[in-house]
Amino acid sequence: MTPPVDLAVVGAGPAGLAAAVRAAGLGLSVALLDAGERPGGQFHRYPAPGLRAARPEALHHGWRHFARRLRQLETGGVTYLPRHHVWTVARGDGCWLLHAVVGPDETPATVRARAVLLATGAYERQLPFPGWTLPGVVGAGGAQAMLKSGLVLPGRRVVVAGSGPLLLAVAASLAAAGARVPAVVEAADYRAYGRSLPAVLRTPAKLAEGARYGGGLLRRSTRLLTRHAVTAAHGTARVEAVTVTRLDDHWRPVPGTGRRVPCDALAVGHGLVPQLDLAVGLGCATRRTADDTHALVVDADQATTVPGIWAAGESCGIGGADLALTEGEIAADAVARTLHDVPADPRRHAALTRRRTRLRAFADAMAAAHRPGPGWADWLDDATEVCRCEEVTAGRVREAVAGYGAHDTRTVKLLTRAGMGWCQGRMCGQAVARLAGGEGAAAVESRPLSCPVPLRPLAQLPPEAEEFRA
Amino acid sequence: MSAPSLDAVIVGAGVVGAACAYYATRAGLSVAVVDRGPVAGGTTGAGEGNLLVSDKEPGPELELALLSTRLWRELAAALPPEDAVEYEPKGGLVLAPDETALTALRAFAAGQCAAGVEAREVDEHELAHLEPELTKGLAGGFHYPQDAQVQPARAAAALLRAARSRGALVRLGEEVTAVLTGPHGAVRGVRTPRGELHAPAVVNATGTWGGRLAALAGTRLPVLPRRGFVLVTEPLPPGLIRHKVYAADYIADVASDSAALQSSAVVEGTPAGPVLIGATRERVGFDRTLSTEALRRLAGQATALFPRLADVHAIRTYCGFRPYLPDHLPAIGPDPRVPGLHHACGHEGAGIGLAPATGLLVTAALTGDEPPVGAWPFRPERFDSRGPADDFSDPFDRPDGPPPSPGART
Ligand SMILES: Cc1cc2nc3c(=O)[nH]c(=O)nc-3n(C[C@H](O)[C@H](O)[C@H](O)COP(=O)(O)OP(=O)(O)OC[C@H]3O[C@@H](n4cnc5c(N)ncnc54)[C@H](O)[C@@H]3O)c2cc1C
Ligand SMILES: Cc1cc2nc3c(=O)[nH]c(=O)nc-3n(C[C@H](O)[C@H](O)[C@H](O)COP(=O)(O)OP(=O)(O)OC[C@H]3O[C@@H](n4cnc5c(N)ncnc54)[C@H](O)[C@@H]3O)c2cc1C
Repeated sequence: MTPPVDLAVVGAGPAGLAAAVRAAGLGLSVALLDAGERPGGQFHRYPAPGLRAARPEALHHGWRHFARRLRQLETGGVTYLPRHHVWTVARGDGCWLLHAVVGPDETPATVRARAVLLATGAYERQLPFPGWTLPGVVGAGGAQAMLKSGLVLPGRRVVVAGSGPLLLAVAASLAAAGARVPAVVEAADYRAYGRSLPAVLRTPAKLAEGARYGGGLLRRSTRLLTRHAVTAAHGTARVEAVTVTRLDDHWRPVPGTGRRVPCDALAVGHGLVPQLDLAVGLGCATRRTADDTHALVVDADQATTVPGIWAAGESCGIGGADLALTEGEIAADAVARTLHDVPADPRRHAALTRRRTRLRAFADAMAAAHRPGPGWADWLDDATEVCRCEEVTAGRVREAVAGYGAHDTRTVKLLTRAGMGWCQGRMCGQAVARLAGGEGAAAVESRPLSCPVPLRPLAQLPPEAEEFRA
Repeated sequence: MSAPSLDAVIVGAGVVGAACAYYATRAGLSVAVVDRGPVAGGTTGAGEGNLLVSDKEPGPELELALLSTRLWRELAAALPPEDAVEYEPKGGLVLAPDETALTALRAFAAGQCAAGVEAREVDEHELAHLEPELTKGLAGGFHYPQDAQVQPARAAAALLRAARSRGALVRLGEEVTAVLTGPHGAVRGVRTPRGELHAPAVVNATGTWGGRLAALAGTRLPVLPRRGFVLVTEPLPPGLIRHKVYAADYIADVASDSAALQSSAVVEGTPAGPVLIGATRERVGFDRTLSTEALRRLAGQATALFPRLADVHAIRTYCGFRPYLPDHLPAIGPDPRVPGLHHACGHEGAGIGLAPATGLLVTAALTGDEPPVGAWPFRPERFDSRGPADDFSDPFDRPDGPPPSPGART
């Protein structure tokens, strides 16, 4: 059997890519595993080859640095393993075992490593509302990703809604690509940032970015409605209009304020949720974030609470690509120091740490501002489907709570099947938690299989006895 | 303000506590059910819902299982349809891979039939008819029409709801921190962070944690956890797998005393579509860390029985901790060491199946009626003769938490 690599990095987004390249540069043997076809994660996306898009960089900032890292990935001694979906990280004899399924054939692969860096990123949070399952309703981040990778628009007249700073970026990109964006509907109030103005002021790049989005939007006569939400989507074969309603401080719809806005697509998202399945499976401690999700607890070196497991990027809390990069670099330095006694460069370390502190403060301020108010569940009528995989309605969840003694997501799941389907509650978990009457965040979900795995590769795993002999 | 007087406090809202509450309230008793978590939040929520007679050798457990089989059928008819407990009398199919296994299985089944089990030998040809996707080349098997299925969490919730509609007080999210006793040592209620509940009887239906509750009452019951993993597949078309199907070596595993991992997958379809493959058996304390070895064996055995499953995805796996006692029988009935304390725990891998009969037995003890089956084999003090309590301390019974990481144990 080949010896284990020094470091296995899971996730080739900004954090994982930066960490892998940096660690290899410091002399470590590195494997970089990613479920995707190409490096870049959620942030850097390539146009599909057939489209011959001339300038993917137009929709990205930081493309130049990204391109540099890609070159280093090719030349710098990283074993890059695309299309490797890691379904669990297990304890082997003196090393970690990363079990993956590979490519469309889902063949099994196992990577052995002395240390693991989890850079698994985040996915978009969806809060249901009547009509959210209609064709033409897409995720806001998903619309952005579609634009970046395929340059396709979800519609010609696209309402952008939900909450979080990503909405403005999405609206700007849609508008720049030629869509009409009649409204950006933001449930929170950007004025809330005012409370943490110091954090914002120390992050001038963010302000400039905001101004750029704002300017782009204004020129194209988009209305920015804060403290409003899309509380219903209408249409038969596809979305034809949405109802936009004013919200009170708790995100409860204000009666009588709804009005219809015609559109042929709705891009909606409520921020991002850290992707923690592998880490939770390993027993890494998590913390509750200001916007009611969970993120990994890491120390100043990006080490998790499980010795030998590091983490960087959005799995440690949503904070944007720059923060992800910074954390990836810090983690790589720390792993090199731990495994190979590579001395830290104090100037570099101080600069990275300062940068991380500043970006994290800004991210936390934003998270607090965009935290979903408890009243959003009021816009769900009993017929609204909450769990799309298993077709469970809000009414059935409410009945399990009122009539059968459920008061948490697990029990609701057991009694109604909400969250038992293909996505394993990634889509509906937040909504179910709210309907189950829990205050704020659901408990951290444990998903020992981080993705579906065919039985064949499971049956072909090396028998444990052999593993121990090896 | 004084609460209406209670006949009994039932601790535990798993399927066993719920069944006790169901039958006790049906007999006109006034009870409270207290659980530190939600309904079915313990092992019941991790169980599979097999109601099996096929895996039980003649003896007291089989007697209990046969009674329960009848009671579950009655319950399925009596509970309102909206409870949707997913009762399915689908029957079991026990397979013998070779002639040796078949000979053993024949002898086993003959003994069961003498004890009242319905079992019928089926040849390879009929196997293919009963389960078209089954692998070819098996020596034969037995069909057990009495084996059935419920959805455990829904069943527990339904029983509890029925009990509540008959006046049971249900207090969820409240941990019992003390069992109250009077001057002569008799039980007089329980304490929770919300206050005291007074009753002349306390029923210990705390499953795997039954030993801890017994200790709160000043006595002992050597209940230990036995971990099991289950694999759940993506939804498949109905009718692909029609029975509870398992290989004959399962029966040996159930009665085993070994601490090592054992498994013999029971494979079955569910009304919602996913196929359940379970479960492994091992004694590792309360450790929830995923065992890839457990998954390897479950997947290997399931695909050996049903080759078509090889390309099917597992979308979920979970584990639970069966409450087991050293002789693999539950503790049911009054505890002579602590007057007023009743036990209803330690059902190991059969608690869903045995819950109704347990509820009836406990109710009979509370009302002083004649028990429906002999309760002597289940008497809770039966372990006393074996020596001091320390003899039952288990090296694997360590508190929750993952094992050390590889780096920490070089
Ligand atoms: C849909 C979406 C759209 C976004 N759009 C924008 C935008 O327009 N502008 C902006 O500034 N920010 C955007 N963001 C945020 C931005 O993408 C993140 O800030 C940044 O990508 C974080 O980097 P990361 O390295 O932490 O994670 P990611 O970039 O999310 O990378 C994580 C990588 O890990 C891989 N992975 C996860 N689990 C496994 C596993 N088990 N096995 C193998 N691989 C795995 C994923 O495939 C992914 O490639 C968007 C985020 C999302 C989710
Ligand atoms: C993987 C697996 C598969 C299984 N498959 C089957 C099967 O197919 N068929 C079958 O019949 N059985 C099966 N079982 C076994 C079955 O699940 C158990 O025997 C049964 O659920 C036990 O039920 P219970 O009510 O005794 O315990 P539990 O469901 O664990 O209930 C005990 C309750 O007591 C509560 N509690 C504990 N201490 C306190 C306290 N101090 N105060 C308040 N509340 C407290 C707990 O919160 C818990 O809710 C399986 C088990 C496992 C793990």
